[in-house]
Amino acid sequence: MGNKVLMKGNEALAEAAIRAGCKHFFGYPITPQTEVSAYMAKKMPKIGGVFLQAESEVAAINMVYGAGGAGARVMTSSSSPGISLKQEGISYIAGADVPCVIINIVRGGPGLGGIQPAQSDYYQAVKGGGHGDYHLVVLAPSSIQEMVDLTADAFDIGDKYRCPVMIMGDGMLGQMMEPVEFKDTDTASLPEKDWATTGTDMKRKKNIINSLFIEPKDLEDLVLARQKKYDEIEANEVRYETEDIEDADIILVAYGTTARIAKTAMSKAKAKGLKVGIIRPITLWPFPYEAFEKALADGKKKTFLAVEMSMGQMVDDVKIAVNGRADVDFFGRTGGIVPTPNEILNKIEEIAGGDK
Amino acid sequence: MTFETIFAGFGGQGILFAGKSIAYAGMIENKNVSHLPSYGPEMRGGTCNCHVIVSDEPVASPIIVEPTALVAMNAPSFDKFEGQLVPGGKAIIDSTLISRDAERTDIDVYKVPATDMANKMGLPKLANMILVGKLVKETGMFTFEELKGAVTKLVPASKPELLENNLKTLEAGYNYEG
Repeated sequence: MGNKVLMKGNEALAEAAIRAGCKHFFGYPITPQTEVSAYMAKKMPKIGGVFLQAESEVAAINMVYGAGGAGARVMTSSSSPGISLKQEGISYIAGADVPCVIINIVRGGPGLGGIQPAQSDYYQAVKGGGHGDYHLVVLAPSSIQEMVDLTADAFDIGDKYRCPVMIMGDGMLGQMMEPVEFKDTDTASLPEKDWATTGTDMKRKKNIINSLFIEPKDLEDLVLARQKKYDEIEANEVRYETEDIEDADIILVAYGTTARIAKTAMSKAKAKGLKVGIIRPITLWPFPYEAFEKALADGKKKTFLAVEMSMGQMVDDVKIAVNGRADVDFFGRTGGIVPTPNEILNKIEEIAGGDK
Repeated sequence: MTFETIFAGFGGQGILFAGKSIAYAGMIENKNVSHLPSYGPEMRGGTCNCHVIVSDEPVASPIIVEPTALVAMNAPSFDKFEGQLVPGGKAIIDSTLISRDAERTDIDVYKVPATDMANKMGLPKLANMILVGKLVKETGMFTFEELKGAVTKLVPASKPELLENNLKTLEAGYNYEG
């Protein structure tokens, strides 16, 4: 079995963060991600790190801002309502070009909503959430192993581009157990954090971490420079997985937990002789437009079916990617209901039958 | 082969640990496994279940819709999941706590008075492992040695007595005929 261990998603990602050199964790408990905090509370003191349960999510994200500004590898974790509270801080962090990792183990919403798995924070994660011209890099694992691998990558991407990175899971990924293997990661190639506020020792110019720029020209220049960084991220960091998209009449588009269920539906549809493929975005921002170009390359008529645990959020990005060149359809459950493979299969058959 | 087992009962009966022992055994035997617990406002005495998949193939959906086996430790769990079993599926039930017969005739039901047996052994908290033993025997998921190996690794080495008791109950369930 190699070095595999059986771990709960929340605990595996906490361990992965520690192994990636995260020494500072600030959070506030909320179902279904509390095990992240609990694991950090247990482990951080043993490795000389800092675990702090803040008085609120707002306090926690601002502690992340501070630690990140001082150059530390820092993480916070929450679930939907808690992530809403953090949005002001996230915007400030993006506006000050501070790297950090933010975990959202999504539950049903809006409001306090429920505590079962959902993907209805897609807009919030990908289209802003906080105010201003900014993006988060948003990573969406679909297994515990991928959660572990992407946690290490999240810290590297954050440090490389000086930006906040979000890992978006859901209640199911947080709570389930799967075998995982922790790999050694190499961070040697990352740039030195010469911008961090580590104290000058009177030997260098002061570093300032700030997101306030009163002069419009200064602010525009900064936003434009940041946009270049985003262009670079879009060029370098897009991740996705495809299966059988060549020759498919129906291409499922799903991420995270939903992608796994969609794959079961796909096998069932294939057993019935239908030509079905899948695109699984791993980065939600930057969105994997390239996968859609590949799928559309043959110029044949086809339908993209977005499957989500929401009322249809990612489907907007599918429409942008397809840009009128194919049909786009949607199936979703929400409120904490996880779709069954058969429900998705029914939708596939409905599309294949042309009776919509 | 793919084994999809739902473990269900009251909180506090060791449902999650029972499921974990099977998932762990699967991992040691290099299978693909997933263990998905129900979560929510659940507590000791409330209902609790977990879905455990052990497969030669990568596990796609970790949610089990049609279990190949069910381990039920109380009547509400048997009521809830009996209908979901695949035809030919195996129900391992604690007959101390579940008095009714199965409604279906196309499944195999194994009645094990696990709670009674565990009480008599002086190990009332380990009725779960008696049922795990029976599950493994009837499904052939693992050999008894494989199961024993997994549980040995799963129980903290600092608690040798706990391990011994776990193995005793596993064996009692594995060998139970009746």
